[in-house]
Amino acid sequence: MDASIIPACEFRWIMPEIMLTGWGLLLLIIGGLTRGPVASKTCGVLSVIGSLCAMYFTVNLWGANQDVFNQLYTIDNYGTFFKGLFIAILILVSVVSLRYADREEIGSGEYYALLMFGVLGMMVMTSSHHFVTIFIGLEVMSLSIYVLCGLLRGNIASVEAALKYFLLGAFATAFLLYGMAMIYGSTGLMDVAELKKFFLMKQPFSATMFIIGLGFLIVGFGFKIASVPFHMWTPDVYQGAPTSVTAYMATGVKAAAFGALIRVFFTAFVPFQFGWSEIIWILAVLTMCVGNITALVQRDIKRMLAYSSIAHAGYILVAFITGDRALASSMLYYLMAYSFMNIGAFTVVIVLQKKGDNNSDLDSYAGLGARHPFIALCMSIFLLSLAGVPPLAGFMGKFYVFSTAVKAQYYWLAIIGFLNSVVAAYYYLRVMMYMYFRETIGEPGTVDKAPSYGLVMLICIWALLHMGIFPKTFLLIAQKAVSIFG
Amino acid sequence: MTVMSVPILSFLIYFPLLGAVILLFANRRNAQFIKVFTLVISLIELAVSIPLFFKFDDAAKTMQFVEKADWFPEWGISYFLGIDGISLLLVLLTTFLTVICVLCSWKAIEDRVKEYYITFLFLETAMIGTLCALDLVLFYVFWELMLIPMYLLIGVWGGPRRIYAAIKFFLFTMAGSVLMLVAILTLYFFYYNSTGVYTFNVLELYKASVPIAKQYWLFGAFALSFAIKVPMFPVHTWLPDAHTEAPTAGSVILAGVLLKMGTYGFIRFAIPLFPAAAIDAIPLMSILAVIGIIYGAIVSMMQPDLKRLIAFSSVSHLGYVMLGIFAFNMQGVQGGIYQMLNHGISTGGLFLIVGMIYERRHTRMISDFGGLSKVMPIFAVFFMIITLSSIALPGTNGFVGEFLILLGAFKNNVVYGTLATTGVILGAVYMLWMFQRVMFGVVTKEENRNLKDLNGREILILVCMVFFIILMGVYPKMFFKKMDTSVAEYLAFVKQKSAQARVLEGNTVPGKMAGEVANTNMTR
Repeated sequence: MDASIIPACEFRWIMPEIMLTGWGLLLLIIGGLTRGPVASKTCGVLSVIGSLCAMYFTVNLWGANQDVFNQLYTIDNYGTFFKGLFIAILILVSVVSLRYADREEIGSGEYYALLMFGVLGMMVMTSSHHFVTIFIGLEVMSLSIYVLCGLLRGNIASVEAALKYFLLGAFATAFLLYGMAMIYGSTGLMDVAELKKFFLMKQPFSATMFIIGLGFLIVGFGFKIASVPFHMWTPDVYQGAPTSVTAYMATGVKAAAFGALIRVFFTAFVPFQFGWSEIIWILAVLTMCVGNITALVQRDIKRMLAYSSIAHAGYILVAFITGDRALASSMLYYLMAYSFMNIGAFTVVIVLQKKGDNNSDLDSYAGLGARHPFIALCMSIFLLSLAGVPPLAGFMGKFYVFSTAVKAQYYWLAIIGFLNSVVAAYYYLRVMMYMYFRETIGEPGTVDKAPSYGLVMLICIWALLHMGIFPKTFLLIAQKAVSIFG
Repeated sequence: MTVMSVPILSFLIYFPLLGAVILLFANRRNAQFIKVFTLVISLIELAVSIPLFFKFDDAAKTMQFVEKADWFPEWGISYFLGIDGISLLLVLLTTFLTVICVLCSWKAIEDRVKEYYITFLFLETAMIGTLCALDLVLFYVFWELMLIPMYLLIGVWGGPRRIYAAIKFFLFTMAGSVLMLVAILTLYFFYYNSTGVYTFNVLELYKASVPIAKQYWLFGAFALSFAIKVPMFPVHTWLPDAHTEAPTAGSVILAGVLLKMGTYGFIRFAIPLFPAAAIDAIPLMSILAVIGIIYGAIVSMMQPDLKRLIAFSSVSHLGYVMLGIFAFNMQGVQGGIYQMLNHGISTGGLFLIVGMIYERRHTRMISDFGGLSKVMPIFAVFFMIITLSSIALPGTNGFVGEFLILLGAFKNNVVYGTLATTGVILGAVYMLWMFQRVMFGVVTKEENRNLKDLNGREILILVCMVFFIILMGVYPKMFFKKMDTSVAEYLAFVKQKSAQARVLEGNTVPGKMAGEVANTNMTR
């Protein structure tokens, strides 16, 4: 077959991507034509419908295993798993935005379109063996999110977040690209699957350049997953961005970066595991410790969740270090659990925020247990899951991730990880302590009650309980997803 | 078979949870209904648990009322419940004390009544689950689950320094248990590597022959976790704070059941999983236990606060339990288990007593009382009986337990036995001195002159406690025969297993033990 011809039938493999692109463009047009609260609601509802359709197409792809577009794009369970996760995040964030975006007056067509394009980028990122495609996906995702961060135009912190994220992100992307170029220079290959064969056949290559390239890759991905010492942007950006976007970033971007990172390293670079695992060992320990210890002193919940998300990246790295391809499912499971608990927690943050106020001081949670028992109960479940208390999904995730480390005999790493979760328990519990043990401080603010928030919280709680008590289905899905590493 | 097929343990575990869920929908203004409902739930729970005692087969060497279902078979996680003579008694203690706690909170808790009783029922679920679980993951889940309701009980309904105490309690316990989790996983993968089977089933894992060097680490991690819960001497500091700040019922359940989870964990998990390490740890654990006994007693002598005094006496009493368990003979272990029950009843009783005067006077300082026996004669009688049970007067339950423990300790090592005996004397000193200062003498404080004596509900609670104090004191056989077989099995298993580990390693305590094992095998 002539390599330059793309058979039209191959497009059916990327229906979810086409769906999101088309729908996003449609929303842009609608957003351009209409304004005001009605338009915002309409776009929101349309966005949810579009994502549901994309979800339908994604589910249909489950089990397919196909390289398309001249091996530039890959359809496999691993990618499909992540696509499903991203769309689930998109749906939840869109539902939250039905009210939130309206309240903050950011809910025009482009808001929802950017959410969709961001997810599109994430999907591309995790469904390819090829460095170029991965890079394009990363850029599509990042550019959408740079804009999303700065949507609260009147808010200086939001603008600062966008600028900061953009500048640092651009640097990080450059590192990633440079790393890819170095590896290409060293081996002459841009395709991870090809690289795997290359290393298996023990072909000669320039080791110095390759090592530098690998290092740059770690820096680039390390930035996106917010691992220490590339985490500096996280708290400011998470705090400054509109809260719905924070929820979207904290879960989606992290999952996408991990998805690409795991695919690249576990496919091609396992032979050098002894080399990079030592570097990432240090990164993981630093990430867990710095994230957790800094979170201890935060008084703003959004900022605290930002640091906690850094720490969670550290937990996932613990499993990453082992290079155990069969147990890579632990990371996927963790990302899934992590997404639900974080979206849940950020939804509660949104509920308690006042219009125009993008902060969430700990004091405003005081006495919540008495004022709004349901919201306090939901928040407690999310926090306990984040702290890793059974029988919630957070516990199962930690259990699985650290068991991977123990299996590979990284005992100290597992112990450090578990001790870190004790430290983490302190600041999660402190929020609970404010909610239940303290009296309301000052004038209790009104909470923004809307059925859409309730729906998202209930879905998250259901997911956390289900994944924690009956993990079997989810674990099997995750295991099927990583079976591609074989 | 019909009896066995009724999932009675599952019922016991989830029935309180069901009650808690129903309570979620109750009207919070109708406090009376909530109380009565919880009482009914806990009474049904108790009623269901009592047949366990009579249907339990004393002679059977295996686990009973077993329930087993796959939970996540690919990992070897199963839903595996079962009890032996040791956990049977603790389950009964739990259901009994829960009823008592519901009754004693009747008037004491006015604030957020609904949440209080929901938390309590939730706690009961977790406690019974911990006692019945025979799968390490299931056990760990329930073990951690106990933390949350207790944390809330102390933090929401506790005294002035409740937040400090609640967080200290949570962090101490969790720090211990995460280390245990690493050990659980290590054992799990070790077992997989040696047999090719993934399982968290404790009874299967008992069979693993772990190298002794590895046993030390794993035993250390388990032991630390359980020692924090017991609490043993150097890691006991969370207990006085937690007890002092907790509401009465919280203290009762903390002393009565939660601390027992630590000692139970030693018997069920730490020791039989790593027997060789456990036997090598006898000197260390015994010395810590003896220090706990004496230190706890001396410190409680000096406490101005009644609850703190009883909390430190718990450290001392649990020291006895640990000493008994680490005597590794029939008397010691049985005494230890019996003492676990005794402590639940007598120290639980003492906390109830303190709660009752606290409700009347809103102070717990010993110096605020004096001469109460004249004002509250009924109260004085009950207080006396429970105090005497706590100092192990013959005829009360405490005597049986302490006597057996000391017997076992002497058989094992005369020094430990002798030192521990001094604890008995010190125990009498601090309890009787406290009793004298509170109850006898002239009434010095005006407020104490018109205190009301006990009401019907309080008398009912204390009569139940005193009933068991005397029953267990004069007819211990009823309880011992339930655990005879289990304890004998346990000891035989531990001894045989540790000797076997040493034979495999080849570095036996020179020749002697290996020879013994060889002989016994030959005679068989």
